[in-house]
Amino acid sequence: MLVHNRKAKWAVWAVFLLLFLPLFALPLLVVLGASFATHWSGVLPSGLTTANYRAATRGEALQALTTSLVTAVTASLFALAVGTWAALAAAALKKRHRRILDALFVLPVAVPSVVVGLSVLVAFSQPPILLNGTRWIVILAHTVLVTAFAYQSVSAALVRLDPAYEQAAASLGAPPAYVLWRVRLPLLLPSLTAAAGLCFALSMGELSATMMLYPPDWTPLPVLIYAATDRGALFIGSAVAVVLMAATLIALFAVSRVRTKASYR
Amino acid sequence: MGIRFDSVTVAYDGNVVLDSLDLTVEPGEVMALLGPSGSGKTTALRAVAGFVRPSSGRVFLGDRDVTDLPPHRRGIGMVVQQYALFPHMRVEDNVAFGLKARRTAKSEIRRRVAEALEMTGMGAYARRFPRELSGGQQQRVAIARALAIRPDVLLLDEPLSALDAQLRSGMLAELARLHRELPDVSILYVTHDQVEALTLADRIAVMDAARLQQCGTPRELYRAPKSEFTASFVGGANLLPVTVGAGGVSFAGTELKVDTTEVVAGARATLCVRPHLVGLGDGPNQLMGTVREIQWRGATHRLYVEVDGHSVMADLRELKHPPAHGDTVRLHFAPDDAVLLPAGVSHG
Repeated sequence: MLVHNRKAKWAVWAVFLLLFLPLFALPLLVVLGASFATHWSGVLPSGLTTANYRAATRGEALQALTTSLVTAVTASLFALAVGTWAALAAAALKKRHRRILDALFVLPVAVPSVVVGLSVLVAFSQPPILLNGTRWIVILAHTVLVTAFAYQSVSAALVRLDPAYEQAAASLGAPPAYVLWRVRLPLLLPSLTAAAGLCFALSMGELSATMMLYPPDWTPLPVLIYAATDRGALFIGSAVAVVLMAATLIALFAVSRVRTKASYR
Repeated sequence: MGIRFDSVTVAYDGNVVLDSLDLTVEPGEVMALLGPSGSGKTTALRAVAGFVRPSSGRVFLGDRDVTDLPPHRRGIGMVVQQYALFPHMRVEDNVAFGLKARRTAKSEIRRRVAEALEMTGMGAYARRFPRELSGGQQQRVAIARALAIRPDVLLLDEPLSALDAQLRSGMLAELARLHRELPDVSILYVTHDQVEALTLADRIAVMDAARLQQCGTPRELYRAPKSEFTASFVGGANLLPVTVGAGGVSFAGTELKVDTTEVVAGARATLCVRPHLVGLGDGPNQLMGTVREIQWRGATHRLYVEVDGHSVMADLRELKHPPAHGDTVRLHFAPDDAVLLPAGVSHG
């Protein structure tokens, strides 16, 4: 928004801070504060310590962080591959058929994730595909949940991609597969990395479907946070939450670095 | 290799955008497809490239029927208005693209890329990215990229429209030079700019409303247009409704001497005279009128003179004492500078 008047600028900032701080920043700051505390009975936390973090970065918690990272990376790579493939296929379809595919890929977003979790549990708890009790059922559920986002962002990017590029490539004698690898995918790269980042972040925070599916040896971080707060260990839970937040942000930052390098225009 | 359209029709959802085009481009010939937007000229070019499927008719490249071939099997070079250079590749990789896609040997690729860039004067920019180049430079790279695959047929779709006027005339000369260096390449050149078509083309196909209106050498089209549309679109023209008499025509009660050998006496016709062939003062065929507007264009004056309700344009070499607005003036033109056209056949 363009605001030229100095007073108006201040007003805009004030409104922004009033809305943004309480809604988005304060809860996160509270968690950050709690993660360093042993008590919180007054206005501010007390009994400052780093013991929570020591607990949050070793043993069970460290294991859970690794579990979460592996799950999120694997699920977002699967989701990216499937979502991109589907989006490319949809772009080649007629409008009516494309709508069907769009609707299909919106389903996991529209349906509550608890339902997705339950469906995956019921579907894969007996042969022929028995995944229950393995890490793969968690990864599969996450993939199902985040593929929709990959599909949507790649679809949107494909619509914006100027067909002149692929036509120029085809006129130069490049067969469709060559055009896909050398022209279309590189031009889509910024959207692909954005989609990967989104999928990763969503998977890192997924709790409701995971709760129904995780085996004892594959406990992702959000489950651990939930368990910690459930048994009353609020401050350790906060520290684990901060670790989760930091890990996700660092990964997203790394992905956005790739993205800026990949954007050409 | 030549291009042949054999009654090619293209329709989208029943909407005909190209109506049974018959046209042959000879090997080594530059053919301009000239027309306003929506005339079907770009559709015709895209039918050759393979991006548009004719609903009927065949497209031939040389003796080969390419109607059912996908674009990448047609072996054509194409340059479009927006350049469409691959933004993620350096200039040299853009130019090498077609050769790599054909699995040409590496040493050969290097040689051909250098050659194509040299030809278009872009040799010094091989390591740049497209976004680091100006519009004119990008267009040169696009041409180099199309030439590197040594196509027999080059399709140019409004290649100069995105450039400013000065660059455009420079690039026009460049294209003419390139064609002299590659005399065997047939060029199909789509444009809405008659100057580009007149300058560059061996023949011009004038298109309007999805149909081919007239095809001929620039001189033929200019000197002997067959319709009002061609006359006004190529070069600009005064078009006056006349009735044909014996040995001349009558316009608003004035007898004018023109060649009437090809029309029937008594018929209605349109008289076409180019503005620069109209003179001021007394002469063989005279028209009296009132000056409605005078435009000074440096080397010339353009007069808009109202003659019996019709506006007549005259381009005159700069006048020392130009007439004033509202003056009554006499205009004239030589009998053999006028062409008679069938009346009312403007839009097909």
